[in-house]
Amino acid sequence: MDNIKPRVKVPKSASAGEVITIKTLINHPMESGLRKGKDGKLIPRQIINKFTCEFNGKPVFSCELEPAISANPYIEFSAKVNEAGTFKFSWLDDDGSVYETENKIAIK
Amino acid sequence: MNLTRRQMLCASVGAAAAGVFGFSLSASAAPEATAESIKNFAGGKEPAMGGDLTLTTPEIAENGNTVPIEVSVASPMTDDDYVESVVIYAEGNPNPDVAVFHFTPMSGAAEAKTRMRLAKTQNVVAVAKTSKGQVFMDKKEVKVTIGGCGG
Repeated sequence: MDNIKPRVKVPKSASAGEVITIKTLINHPMESGLRKGKDGKLIPRQIINKFTCEFNGKPVFSCELEPAISANPYIEFSAKVNEAGTFKFSWLDDDGSVYETENKIAIK
Repeated sequence: MNLTRRQMLCASVGAAAAGVFGFSLSASAAPEATAESIKNFAGGKEPAMGGDLTLTTPEIAENGNTVPIEVSVASPMTDDDYVESVVIYAEGNPNPDVAVFHFTPMSGAAEAKTRMRLAKTQNVVAVAKTSKGQVFMDKKEVKVTIGGCGG
């Protein structure tokens, strides 16, 4: 799908060993597959079914989403930062697309 | 058509409610289905109620389309003792599965927040599994207000 823009909030820097909070939001209709359109037919399901977060290539957090997650899925979680590096976030769509974004973090 | 501001408001609230309502009209999952899923997730273990797991939900959700929820598990989150996953179920939704959060020792804290859909007033259940095989459960009732127009 077009016009999908992931947004992520990560602190610019953290002290070594600090546990930081990461907030993510992506605009997506999360069509549940249970709603009917104007023509009375079911609108096919299309949701983000998986979200993952990696830090320097190592998994930090991941999440499997079902149609019961609201449109524009918002996910907030924590991560422990031991070294400077890059967070990589990916969202997997039912149609096979992958939306990705990256954020760097420095050590104070 | 010449709508007054009040009519316009009611119409739009009604439309929003219809969205939630359409969701609730389809067959809803019985609590048994949730119990069955919990059994599979826990690997046959009986989950301990409460314990280190806290599920935070609003008592009353005005809009069933976006209900903020939060789970947190008190855990040292070290390499040999951490929370592996937390699963969320909504007993009264057409499909009780909501989300599964997977944590690692790199997560630092087993906490997550998101927003979910609720078809009607029902129980929301969270079950956590630790790397040591402990299973915790927490349950909260959320009242969902459907319909609008000053009702």
